[in-house]
Amino acid sequence: MAEVIKTATRDAYGKALVELGEKNKNVVVLDADLAAATKTGAFKKAFPERFFDTGIAESNMMSLAGGLATTGFTVFASTFAMFAAGRAFEQVRNTICYPHLNVKIGATHAGISVGEDGASHQCCEDIALMRSIPGMVIINPADDIEARAAVFAAAEHDGPVYMRFGRLAVPRVFDENYKFEIGKAVTLKEGTDVTIIATGLMVNEAIEAAKTLEKEGISVELINMHTIKPLDNEAVIKAAKKTGCIVTAEEHNIIGGLGSAVSEVVSEECPVPVVRVGVNDEFGKSGPAVELLHLYGLDAENIVEKAKLAISKK
Amino acid sequence: MDNTSKKELSVIATKVRKGIIEGTFNAKSGHPGGSLSIVETLTYLYFKEMNIDPTKPVMEERDRFVLSKGHAAPALYSVMAHRGFFPVEDLKTLRKVGSKLQGHPSMRYLEGVDISTGSLGQGISAACGMALGSKLKGDAFRVYTILGDGEIQEGQVWEAAMYAAAKKLDNLVAVVDNNNLQIDGSVEEVNSPYPIPEKFKAFGWNVIEIDAHNFDEIEDAFQKARECKGKPTAIIQKSTKGKGVSFMENQVSWHGSAPNAEQYEDAMAELNLKLKELEA
Repeated sequence: MAEVIKTATRDAYGKALVELGEKNKNVVVLDADLAAATKTGAFKKAFPERFFDTGIAESNMMSLAGGLATTGFTVFASTFAMFAAGRAFEQVRNTICYPHLNVKIGATHAGISVGEDGASHQCCEDIALMRSIPGMVIINPADDIEARAAVFAAAEHDGPVYMRFGRLAVPRVFDENYKFEIGKAVTLKEGTDVTIIATGLMVNEAIEAAKTLEKEGISVELINMHTIKPLDNEAVIKAAKKTGCIVTAEEHNIIGGLGSAVSEVVSEECPVPVVRVGVNDEFGKSGPAVELLHLYGLDAENIVEKAKLAISKK
Repeated sequence: MDNTSKKELSVIATKVRKGIIEGTFNAKSGHPGGSLSIVETLTYLYFKEMNIDPTKPVMEERDRFVLSKGHAAPALYSVMAHRGFFPVEDLKTLRKVGSKLQGHPSMRYLEGVDISTGSLGQGISAACGMALGSKLKGDAFRVYTILGDGEIQEGQVWEAAMYAAAKKLDNLVAVVDNNNLQIDGSVEEVNSPYPIPEKFKAFGWNVIEIDAHNFDEIEDAFQKARECKGKPTAIIQKSTKGKGVSFMENQVSWHGSAPNAEQYEDAMAELNLKLKELEA
């Protein structure tokens, strides 16, 4: 068996920025004293004249990004998800999204998998926050291939984009031929008994869960929902009709994220049971990332369990 | 400044004041006090200082203006209308459904607004971003912003102030409109920002103090700002809230309330008289 390639999506983000920066001279990157961690440091090294560090001042960075974008640049602004979506929420809303400017937020260190730094830095609310802003696009890549694709797609997209990257190295799910389109869900596997809709690092867990379920004779439809907004409603409705129940899986609070987005569509268009796998409305804590993911039920085992629960509710 | 220019600008400023009263009266809401205090500065910027063309409101090389104290939108709209960006008559649509004249300036609704503002403290950061953009394009244009003295209580203002000086954004001018009043009272009663010039100096800015209603001093300040290299310029202007409408002057109650019909007539009569004197 070939060795599984593991890369943190933040690393793929940093690399993709450099690649993009070579092709597109209009790309400018901002960071708030976290270039080493968000991996924008690679862009800084390659294009120092197009990289600006605002220091530890995320509010200023986001409004500044908006102003800079009005002058014709495509601006990538990076910091941890906690500060991008949390601290600078209102700057993102008012000075980026309301004027609908070309600012692409590269938010790294999202979710519980931040690990040892603990709850203060483990942002599980960012999707909920960003999802509530009109016109914001939210992409949550599953692996390095998808993270790179997201960066290029974001640069092409007219308007604000929030990209969510992780600190933890995760297995590669896709190959080099993978086609990515904002707002277009990817069906990874067809099935009839239950649909699992996963996003981010939970996609790989969902793949593992599907294998287990299939062994037990349960037929799984598996969807990678890399774009949380605009949600691929059509894909959700189709899956709901086909399998009659859904499990969502995300490294985010079960309130306001993918699970909520899917539930909203399903309840309006095709009511079927939806069971949400995610952080159960609680704060994280310190510990090794993988241990924490298991502790909070963000793993294949829990998805298997919740898939059976969803089927039982049919 | 020669007397003819000064007289011309004074006439425009008085007309701009009438537009503020017209707008807020018709809207039955809005912020006349802090709009009236920045009229001379805005008039100078839009009629003398900035490289702009109302027929090409988004031309790339234009100088940028950011109304960081976005609630003074009636003043910005009035000066833009009088400069020819849109008909003066439209000022009556302020804050109405379907109007391009939103309660706070929005670039989505009105071409010529360089960025949407209203939430205090964010405009100066956006102005820094524009100044940075200008630098990247080889100092293509200058950037101007006006902040309120209450607004500088926002921490983000000082994040931006630190950044602008650190990055030597000498193409940026921030005017602080020191009318001394904010919604809850005088600025020193609420949370004193004083001394303002010293704060900006400590942050590494070129600081100029002027009388906000004196065109000679305004012109001199913007010229000095142009001459200053390596530092952003802060113009701290002592102003009178409600300036030009005597019953509104220095009254905190006129921060965010509109004149009724009688007050509208009184204000217009006073401004028309002023106009008559100037044009005599």
